Amino acid sequence: MQLKPDPTFYASPKDAMKAPPEALAYVALLSATGNGVPDRLAVVDTDPSSPRYATEVGGVDLPNTGDELHHFGWNACSAALCPFAPHPHVERRYLIVPGLRSSRIYVIDTKPNPAQPRITKIIEPEEIIAKAGYTRPHTVHCGPDAIYVSALGNAEGDGPGGIFKLDCDTFDVIGPWEVDRGPQYLAYDFWWHLTHDALISSEWGTPKMLENGLNAEMLLAGKYGHQLHFWDLRTRKHKQSIDLGPEQQMVLELRPSHDPANTYGFAGVVVSLKDLSSSIWLWHRKNGEWAAQKVIEIPAEPADPAQLPDLLKGFSAVPPLLSDIDLSVDDRYLYASCWGTGEMRQYDVSDPFHPELVGSVHIGGIARRAPHPAKPDKALAGGPQMVEVSRDGKRVYFTNSLYRAWDDQFYPDGVKSWMVKLDVAGDGVMSFDKKFYFESADAHRVHQVRLAGGDASSDSYCYS
Amino acid sequence: MSDRYVWLALFLLGCYHGLNPGMGWLFAVALGFQEKRASAVLRAIVPLTLGHVVSVASIVVVATFADAEFPHNAVHYTAAAVLIGFGVYRLVRARHIRWVGMRVGFWGLVLWGFLMSSAHGAGLMLLPFVTSAHASAPSMPMPGVAHGPYAVAWLMVAVHTLGYLLTTTGVALLVYTKVGVRFLRVGWLNLDLVWAIALILTGLIALLT
Repeated sequence: MQLKPDPTFYASPKDAMKAPPEALAYVALLSATGNGVPDRLAVVDTDPSSPRYATEVGGVDLPNTGDELHHFGWNACSAALCPFAPHPHVERRYLIVPGLRSSRIYVIDTKPNPAQPRITKIIEPEEIIAKAGYTRPHTVHCGPDAIYVSALGNAEGDGPGGIFKLDCDTFDVIGPWEVDRGPQYLAYDFWWHLTHDALISSEWGTPKMLENGLNAEMLLAGKYGHQLHFWDLRTRKHKQSIDLGPEQQMVLELRPSHDPANTYGFAGVVVSLKDLSSSIWLWHRKNGEWAAQKVIEIPAEPADPAQLPDLLKGFSAVPPLLSDIDLSVDDRYLYASCWGTGEMRQYDVSDPFHPELVGSVHIGGIARRAPHPAKPDKALAGGPQMVEVSRDGKRVYFTNSLYRAWDDQFYPDGVKSWMVKLDVAGDGVMSFDKKFYFESADAHRVHQVRLAGGDASSDSYCYS
Repeated sequence: MSDRYVWLALFLLGCYHGLNPGMGWLFAVALGFQEKRASAVLRAIVPLTLGHVVSVASIVVVATFADAEFPHNAVHYTAAAVLIGFGVYRLVRARHIRWVGMRVGFWGLVLWGFLMSSAHGAGLMLLPFVTSAHASAPSMPMPGVAHGPYAVAWLMVAVHTLGYLLTTTGVALLVYTKVGVRFLRVGWLNLDLVWAIALILTGLIALLT
């Protein structure tokens, strides 16, 4: 039991921005082939003054194979300071790490040595199925009353997907979160406006629609998710759906404003069937109702079919395949990962209704294969994917693997995996940190990054 | 304990309850920040105090009833045992309230205040005063106040509430207008721990007096 709040709990976004820089990053490494090599949670040194900067300084191999690590999150964060369910004397200590394919969840202790985490509990899929009825756990958010986890499907690999809760203290599965799911069937990401009792969820597809690769037939038929769902966080009931249009396929990452006074946020859409573009939509509340509008469109780029995988040859174009977005803690910059074209974009979203493209760097890409300044002669595969912004907004980390089966479709010659970092100067100009180029061993690919002490997509705040 | 000190102790106990962020003022401050005005802070304190009063008063009235109907010693020692037991429970199993939501109306805040006070055993802390006061009932009431155990009980609740109300309001306004929420990270001491120990100590003192 702690006598004072965990120093990494921040009352407000401003408070979080003043915290010291992250010394370590936790990175999900998934098995590149899936045959016999277990996944790993790696610890990468992010302290520029350290002799081991940008290298792996520790980690833990998982005891099973076939988990497919993807997203993960903390057991507790700034939401513990929320006034309606206060419990600030817990620690940000355990990483809740789901296997997206195995449906197993690892609880990994980052203390006493943050560079040498250890597994303290394994939640088996049978427990999740028995108590919540869900499988394929995805997003993890530390809530004021419990740990919330989204899941893509049921035990058979169909829908509905949804959200279930874990007990903050014991990590036991409490049960499904929804009281009334209304028309919601597909699931993926979720986040909330905590002080407005609102939860937002997005749609990818059921496990059967994903696990054998992107199904082109279903995609062209518009079967992947294209809706946003709005829920009452208190009554746990579905309130409203917004259909972005059947051509807007795969509504993935959700990034609400960090300032608890606001009720807007951004949702990324992977591909439009009309022109292969990606888009970012703004949701906001108007007269008590939720509304959404497209505020960013990223066009596809023409390319020589010879450079393209089978799936894209017929289009003679590379779709941006927007796979992740991340909003800086001050709600100023939105980063957009274009996994297909190999571009990381930076938008100034000070006016969320009128974003302005202010920065862009290229690395990897299906056709472009842009190198990193550390190795200017090396053509890189994969593209900007999971992106994480530091609390103070000055550093941006990202990795290049999306999802094993999908990596192989879009980068058939293999995704040799890397993690890189951008520095963001005081005036917002971003550039590659030439000293930060982390390459995983061939057996692994890198997915989500979590920064020690919290980052731009891990915490929600109850005070402005 | 002389009568004067009993009233002072009840008042200070009210202050102590008011000081605990989990007992009301923090919620009021958060609502103030959300609405961006100090009046929202004050407006929230009314239902929060009401919830606290209902929680504390129900314990005090039940204890007064028990003391009137059953042998004094039995009630006194039972009260001490309940206090110690609850304190140990709080030490071993310090679960927080699972209340999801900030969009609560007047009665929602009353209920929240009631649940928080009850879960923390706020009313229990008054038990030794109730039973010791009734043992010396004829001399207890303040001059000019109606006698009888229930009148004394309500007066106790009132004095306690005054301490709670003054402290909660003072701290809430101070944090809202001057200190700011950054204070929470360093200044939010784990009063639950102190609280559990206070419950046990109160029980022990009751046992020995």
